[in-house]
Amino acid sequence: MLKIENLHAGVEDKSILKGINLEVKAGEVHAIMGPNGSGKSTLSSVIAGKEEYEVSEGHIIFEGEDIEELEADERAHKGIFMSFQYPVEIPGVSVTNFIKTAINETRKAKGLEDMPAKDMLKLIREKSDLLEIDRKFLSRSLNEGFSGGEKKRNEIFQMAMLEPKLAILDETDSGLDIDALRIVANGVNKLKSKNNAVIVITHYQRLLDYIVPDYVHVLHNGKIVKSGSKELAHELEEKGYDWIKEEVGA
Amino acid sequence: MDLKEKLLSSFLVFENQTEIDSYVSDVRNDAIKMFEKKGFPTKKDEAWKYTSLNKLLKEDYSVFPKQENALEYRDVEKYFIHDIDSYKIIFVDGKYSSHLSETTHDGLDVCLMSAALNKPKYRLVIENYFNKAATTDSLPSLNTAFSKEGAYIHIPKGKIIEKPIQIIHFSTGNESATMLQPRNLIVVEENSHVQIIECHQSLTSNPVLTNSVTEIFAKKRAIVDYYKIQNDTQEASLIDNTFIKQKQESIVSVHTFSFGGKLIRNNLNFYQEGERIDSTLKGVTIIGNKQHVDHNTLVHHIEPNCESHQDYKGIFGDSATGVFNGKVVVEKEAQKTNAFQANNNILISDKATINTKPQLEIFADDVKCSHGCTVGQLDESALFYMRSRGIPEKEAKALLMYAFSNNVLSSVKIPELKHRITKIIANQLGVNIGFDL
Repeated sequence: MLKIENLHAGVEDKSILKGINLEVKAGEVHAIMGPNGSGKSTLSSVIAGKEEYEVSEGHIIFEGEDIEELEADERAHKGIFMSFQYPVEIPGVSVTNFIKTAINETRKAKGLEDMPAKDMLKLIREKSDLLEIDRKFLSRSLNEGFSGGEKKRNEIFQMAMLEPKLAILDETDSGLDIDALRIVANGVNKLKSKNNAVIVITHYQRLLDYIVPDYVHVLHNGKIVKSGSKELAHELEEKGYDWIKEEVGA
Repeated sequence: MDLKEKLLSSFLVFENQTEIDSYVSDVRNDAIKMFEKKGFPTKKDEAWKYTSLNKLLKEDYSVFPKQENALEYRDVEKYFIHDIDSYKIIFVDGKYSSHLSETTHDGLDVCLMSAALNKPKYRLVIENYFNKAATTDSLPSLNTAFSKEGAYIHIPKGKIIEKPIQIIHFSTGNESATMLQPRNLIVVEENSHVQIIECHQSLTSNPVLTNSVTEIFAKKRAIVDYYKIQNDTQEASLIDNTFIKQKQESIVSVHTFSFGGKLIRNNLNFYQEGERIDSTLKGVTIIGNKQHVDHNTLVHHIEPNCESHQDYKGIFGDSATGVFNGKVVVEKEAQKTNAFQANNNILISDKATINTKPQLEIFADDVKCSHGCTVGQLDESALFYMRSRGIPEKEAKALLMYAFSNNVLSSVKIPELKHRITKIIANQLGVNIGFDL
């Protein structure tokens, strides 16, 4: 589904990613872990198509197509979704209006008609129940005055509505208490299928108790320095990141 | 002959043609003298520093456009707000169009200024209110001198008028350039409530200059909601002079939506002549090309315990220019005044300009007054967030701009009107999305 080959990227003159190789197949869950400043968030932003990052070398191939030249919205139309570490507050646009616009613009890009209002409502009901979201919440301005937990739940709600092929969860666990974490993880697990894939980007092992990865990768200094099974996450939790740094001689 | 001379010589003809009682005649004669003395405002006048009328005044306007232009309902249907039952006062090239209008004298007067100026039964109201709110500045004076036609609305005590009143001025372009000077008088007596929608619409690309004066009197506990839709062609210009006198506990709001037109100047003046008065002035301006929209507001707090709320949003693209000059005067007696003013602007092009200037003159010591103006660009992180959800750049920008205007739109009390404005905004931003879910 996603193949990243020798990816180098950065902001202006600063190089952040220094040769990432990663392959994610349908049905898999990958966790990317690493200390602060290792390039985790840059990697997710680059896959999602944030313009301020410059790709200097390498390729991002999604379903056989090099997506490097595609705009963020075109990537979304192809089925790439990123849950933001810091969801942006947009006063004046309600959650419902936002998601409705996102769905209909995605349908438009695929040559489909707008989703009938009735179906939209039904879908919204179904997915908000899944994430245990109060309906009143949906008419509020997007992320404005939301608590950390509400923001993250809202991200996963949008993911549930858009049904992406590839979901990248960027530090979704940060700012969540244990109940919210459980709801979010439960939502993600219910949405998982053999046809889609998830990349969980996290600093801590905590979320991985709920969303169990098939593979764990350790990102350090812009490179994946170690890959392994879910046991690797436990090891990192126990020992921290220092031993990896020593191992790779950084 | 320049426009001023032309107008001055036209006045003699005009005055000879009209039979009118002496009160109005005197008012007009004083007004033309005032205009003669002051002339058109120039950039040297502080209040016109950022808005120049020079180019507009060079046109050779026809001051009395040809009469009787047959305009069929189907030609102008789209400019009406249909989905509401409403009274309609419709003018074509400055002349009243009876077959497009729907007036009434049944319990309230929704009719023509010309009728009110000529018929004895209106004399008392005319003498009490006509030209009693308008200032003697040059453009209101010019309008007063030529005042003849417009809307006359008189709501007696204790009436809640369910049907909004639409005032629409069409110009058909049967002259190469037309100058119009509509004059509206609106008197809302105690405990009455009325909603009014006003718009000016040119039907061709021939230049039109409208210098309009509206006087509104809101008596004790009256409620007036006034909406101005300024969505005219790129060759039409409007100088709107609106004067509002409010009595005790009255609530008046004016919403101004400016999307079209070449040059628009809104002189909006509120005078609070009683206690516990509430005045609201709100506006959304979304313009591009070389359009120019100038909001010049005044709220005069004269008595204690009153409030005013100003909220103007502007989005300027291409080489468009915006001006906001908001003056709030709080007299010494006007203690416990709450006056708020906000003017927020987004520039979406490097060549667009906004000149914004709050002006507070506070002589009372126990008041709450706040003002704030901002000039910014669209939030890039919000744009990326929206795009990452599949909303293309143009639509994402439009949604952000709509959201930016939403504070003003949300207080529009007629849902059908709000829907219409939302559609105009979508059209203005070149997108086909329903904002108002």
